[in-house]
Amino acid sequence: MRRRVADASSQTLKRTPLHDRHVAASARLIPFAGWEMPVQYADGIRAEHVAVRNAAGVFDVSHMGQIETTGPQAAALLQRLISNDVDALQVGASLYAVLCREDGGIIDDLLTYRLAPDHYLTVTNAANHERDFAWFHKHAADFDAEVADAIDRYAMLAVQGPRAREVVQTAADAPLPAHHTVAERTLIGRRALVCGTGYTGEDGVEVLVAPEDAVTVWDEVVRRGATPAGLGARDTLRLEACLPLYGNDLSEERGPIEAGLGWCCKEDTGFIGSDAVRAVREAGPPERLRPFRLTGPGIPRPGNAIAGGGVVTSGTLSPCLDVGVGMGYLPAERADVGTAIEIDVRGKTREAVVAERPLYRKERDG
Amino acid sequence: MADASYPDDLLYHAEHDWVRLDGDTAEFGITWFAQDALGEVVFFDPPEVGSTVTKDQPYAEVESVKAVSDVIAPLSGEIIEVNTELGEKPEAINEEPYGAGWMVKVKLSDPSEQESLLDREAYEASLQ
Repeated sequence: MRRRVADASSQTLKRTPLHDRHVAASARLIPFAGWEMPVQYADGIRAEHVAVRNAAGVFDVSHMGQIETTGPQAAALLQRLISNDVDALQVGASLYAVLCREDGGIIDDLLTYRLAPDHYLTVTNAANHERDFAWFHKHAADFDAEVADAIDRYAMLAVQGPRAREVVQTAADAPLPAHHTVAERTLIGRRALVCGTGYTGEDGVEVLVAPEDAVTVWDEVVRRGATPAGLGARDTLRLEACLPLYGNDLSEERGPIEAGLGWCCKEDTGFIGSDAVRAVREAGPPERLRPFRLTGPGIPRPGNAIAGGGVVTSGTLSPCLDVGVGMGYLPAERADVGTAIEIDVRGKTREAVVAERPLYRKERDG
Repeated sequence: MADASYPDDLLYHAEHDWVRLDGDTAEFGITWFAQDALGEVVFFDPPEVGSTVTKDQPYAEVESVKAVSDVIAPLSGEIIEVNTELGEKPEAINEEPYGAGWMVKVKLSDPSEQESLLDREAYEASLQ
């Protein structure tokens, strides 16, 4: 047996505060963006995926980065950097946005929380964190604002699934914040930022705690019924929900309009890249990121070519639908829902159809 | 998944394949170690009956949720049967790697190649 994916080099990998818990739970650990992370635990990706869809799962996402932006012009700096309207972001709310180059290419996709009038917390993707922080830092020089790399201040747990809130609520001192909002809470005596956000298509919360408190909070949510889940299930869950992944579906090579993220771009705010984004929006993008579902056997994988132009950027076997699914860029004129497409999966032609977002919705497909 | 096991009556290839010899034909599959490394197998793409396989070369693909792997032919020959049950039930490769998880039956073109294969003891030693 020969694995077709190259092994990562044996660089020194960073470990999260939950590393010992992963080892104790028989996790399979892999290198991911410079971190040693669990891709799955003993029962496997499918079982973890189903646990999140039907009950609750907990993910260690401590590899994700944080940037704190503070000061009188914190909002003005963020308005210049990120694509969504920072002026509309209330204290205690969250805002999804992309960080663009001048030419509109996507540097990262980010969630920003407003913790206080002049205090914002932005969560970055692990692989992009250092680059994002350098970008923030460079542009902060023009504003009366401070940016701080906060990655070492936080461990981060995502508790996701229809029972996730119940699991976390029983450990909390006050009602959990609603969807898309953030609040400081105490979880079994530990201070935590609890955010009503996630990356699975399910209800749930993301919890930021001090690194030294991560094990206590992890043990408590596991004890209360959340199933430890790894990066494998995180990927299949987000793909069924059609949430794009930076490095697969999003990159500097393409802009937010092509990626279907025009809804989080407010060009009138004048963010870096807004002129380029406006031009693509007005002209219409040449290609669009679309989900698709195979109509026969096979599993699409990133890099597979789509006949007539186009490329797969994410692909897997959907644990809930039990068919190959994916997302990819298609020429705009062949991107309508229902369009039949053919994917070249390592020399074999696989039939697929452009699908509605999301690929899986419990009320429709469950 | 069951515990690790490597039956005595099989021969092994260092790239984690097993061979069940029957005269000048043989069944191929992947070992407990291979299926454990893969994780849950969700797709098996078999070769065509009548195609030839060459020792040490890939002849089929197995896919887990995350990864694609080539299956390596432990011996050379012509495929005379493929396990079509794996199309519907690829998880048999995890559950019964030496039974229902068999992959192909091959008419061997050079039975003397088997001299290069490992017995259970040598294969298990290679895993240490």
